[in-house]
Amino acid sequence: MGKESISLTLKVWRQKNSADKGKFETYKLNEVSTHASFLEMIDVLNEQLIVEGKDPVAFDHDCREGICGMCSMYINGRAHGPQSATTTCQLHMRHFHDGETITIEPWRAKPFPVIKDLTVDRSAFDKIMAAGGYVSVNTGNAPDGNAIPIAKEDADEAFNAAACIGCGACVAACKNASAMLFVSAKVSQYALLPQGQPERKERVLKMVAQMDELGFGNCTNTGACEAECPKGISITNIARLNREFLTASITPGN
Amino acid sequence: MKLDAKIPAGPLAEKWTKYRSTVRLVSPANKRKIDIIVVGTGLAGASAAASLAELGYKVKAFCFQDSPRRAHSIAAQGGINAAKNYQNDGDSTYRLFYDTIKGGDYRAREANVHRLAEVSGSIIDQCVAQGVPFAREYGGLLDNRSFGGTQVSRTFYARGQTGQQLLLGAYSALSRQIEKGQVAMFSRHEMVEVVMEDGKARGIIARDLVSGKLERHSGHAVVIASGGYGNVFYLSTNAMGSNVTAAWKAHRQGALFGNPCFTQIHPTCLPQSGEYQSKLTLMSESLRNDGRVWVPKTQEDAAAIREGRKKAADIAEDARDYYLERKYPAFGNLVPRDVASRAAKEACDEGRGVAPTGLAVFLDFRDAINRLGKDVISARYGNLFEMYEKITGDDPYETPMKIYPAVHYTMGGLWVDYNLMTTVPGLYAIGEANFSDHGANRLGASALMQGLADGYFVLPYTIGDYLADEIRTGTIPTSGAAFEKAEAEVKERQTRLMNIKGKQSVESFHRRLGKIMWEYCGMARNEEGLTKARQMIRELRDEFWSDVRIPGTADEFNPELDKAGRVADFLELGELMVIDALVRNESCGGHFRTESQTEEGEAKRDDENFAFVSAWEFNGLDKDPILHKENLEFEAVKLTQRSYK
Repeated sequence: MGKESISLTLKVWRQKNSADKGKFETYKLNEVSTHASFLEMIDVLNEQLIVEGKDPVAFDHDCREGICGMCSMYINGRAHGPQSATTTCQLHMRHFHDGETITIEPWRAKPFPVIKDLTVDRSAFDKIMAAGGYVSVNTGNAPDGNAIPIAKEDADEAFNAAACIGCGACVAACKNASAMLFVSAKVSQYALLPQGQPERKERVLKMVAQMDELGFGNCTNTGACEAECPKGISITNIARLNREFLTASITPGN
Repeated sequence: MKLDAKIPAGPLAEKWTKYRSTVRLVSPANKRKIDIIVVGTGLAGASAAASLAELGYKVKAFCFQDSPRRAHSIAAQGGINAAKNYQNDGDSTYRLFYDTIKGGDYRAREANVHRLAEVSGSIIDQCVAQGVPFAREYGGLLDNRSFGGTQVSRTFYARGQTGQQLLLGAYSALSRQIEKGQVAMFSRHEMVEVVMEDGKARGIIARDLVSGKLERHSGHAVVIASGGYGNVFYLSTNAMGSNVTAAWKAHRQGALFGNPCFTQIHPTCLPQSGEYQSKLTLMSESLRNDGRVWVPKTQEDAAAIREGRKKAADIAEDARDYYLERKYPAFGNLVPRDVASRAAKEACDEGRGVAPTGLAVFLDFRDAINRLGKDVISARYGNLFEMYEKITGDDPYETPMKIYPAVHYTMGGLWVDYNLMTTVPGLYAIGEANFSDHGANRLGASALMQGLADGYFVLPYTIGDYLADEIRTGTIPTSGAAFEKAEAEVKERQTRLMNIKGKQSVESFHRRLGKIMWEYCGMARNEEGLTKARQMIRELRDEFWSDVRIPGTADEFNPELDKAGRVADFLELGELMVIDALVRNESCGGHFRTESQTEEGEAKRDDENFAFVSAWEFNGLDKDPILHKENLEFEAVKLTQRSYK
């Protein structure tokens, strides 16, 4: 068993708003419980700052159980911190040691401008989704749920892609700020299911065009996105995205 | 005020079909002239916004998160019920209806629940068509699992992330309408007031959380889909941002609040580990299928475990008290949520809790691993065991889990009629934000069903009944006196909050409120405690309004101000919950009054005096709220006392 509480030095990115240049501020935090989550550690820091009459650190968070995709910190040079397949909210302080200096930054990518401190604007992801991340079916038109059997392995693979939480770690980890893991996950989910077939080609063309337009870069093939993805979305989805895009580009119709 | 639930006439099984065929409609040409505001983008809000937009209405949707996809429906694990009878095990609309009424301990409205069961199958069809990757069998057809409180397998699921997949389905439908221009989406916006004109809801004041600016939005109808209010307890399984603000503003503007004290406490959550704790994490209750719940028989052993002198493995078999198996031999570890939760509290109150805080019991898989092997247990619960280890650092294959009950869901909410309209004309409430379908206790996998039923298949029909009279209204200007006044009041309140400049953080007040609620209005309630709690909440509210410290200004991105507004509303809601719990001097579902129990200490319902919905009217903070009663008439089911012995 390690220590029950540790002392930390935090180097936190502070930026008043999107127009501000921003800089690192250093804070000391003592007696941090090793059972606390990383965000609870930031809560403790903020409580301290508020009582001292200072401005607390702004950061995005909501469900705190690793599924909403809202938390988004770059910790010691890694998206969501040192533990693999873990969101920041599920990272616990027992993975840090007494006396450690922790550097905390926002996602850094041009399409994700900083709103304040560690909070960034990820609405670009919503715009990509609106460009084609759906099956065009109005409420009430659906046939019986069992009318079309789907092979279990296809359904499972579609699920694996659909497990993306849209946090943006893939973009933050990529030196090109590419959103291809995110886009490929959605394209793959629908490409694997019969419901996605009628709009298969149109979808991939529109989503990729939107992604490019918003300023996301191209895939670097270095795999940083997959390594940092808290949900283990596979880079093979990007390979599928490329195939889907190529097919849609050179063959007519849907 | 006279409560009219507007339940259609006729036999129960025919009400909805008949009503749906005769309810007034708005023609496609007129739908274009009508604006609808939807607050919240969880399962209920996103499905409603998308469906209404598909019909041709102009929709404005609001969420406080950075994207509609983040709403807390996303965190639901287990599944969604539907009376498909795909398993040929005798399921039917009636059976789902009956299970829901019984599970809710006979405190829900029959007509609404029957309709819910009727549309449940269509929800599955709709989601499959959207590309929701439900779990399937090898033959390619949809798989089902069973859940507590039922004898059939009717729960559809997508691994342990059903809520996520259903919400992403609704979000994709919503995204499609955003692209078409039928929905205007306002993310990072919080509704801070309902605007009333001529006695009708005509719009909202929203705060742009990034710029801090107040905005006016008009609509011919306003739909509250902002979820439940479990965060009044501070610690709950809800997301950090989940709040009652939209529903509470509606309440203050005249919408009655139904059964506010009905709270669901989930028995299998991770216990609190320290003061810094910000939320509690739920572990799926499926764990109780193979885990055995126990505490040491003696306080001495429990103390030794708490202090680290002994481990679970050091406690001999005959020194362990498998209290659920002992007290409820017929159901054992699988008693319903409320019964399991109360039993855990009792064991800890007796000084036999096993965590340093004294508030935890063991959930032990040792026997199941010995019987079935580690591989089987891993296949069933692997992801949950991993999650547990990630959070606690303990390996549940080696040492028993520690669990404790936590607030999970609120059955109470805005009172609505059969059309899902509140007592304010033009103001609707759907999903967890309304009180309607779960009575005093919700069954597992029924929250997702209700959210999507309301949004996809109920509201799009029933809202026409009201909007048919609005086709000549035209666009509602936001320059009128009502908007002016509403915005000024919001601004005044904000200024008051900012000017307090006290010494204590918003969080610290929220934490204290949570402790009062949990202690006196949690798993067991009584007159003395509730009376005391009411006074404590009032004092805390006064202290909040004189000593809270909010940094920054109101004209910028200021999460502390957002939080302050929400906690201020929780400080009002908390008092109403306590008042409601005081009035309901019976035990039913999740509401346990210690004064109303059997000789064996089980909950005792009182149908003679309490077979009604409490619908509370706001009457100013200085005066008592006014109680209205909707008497519940049961035509189809016979009321019986639950027993799990």
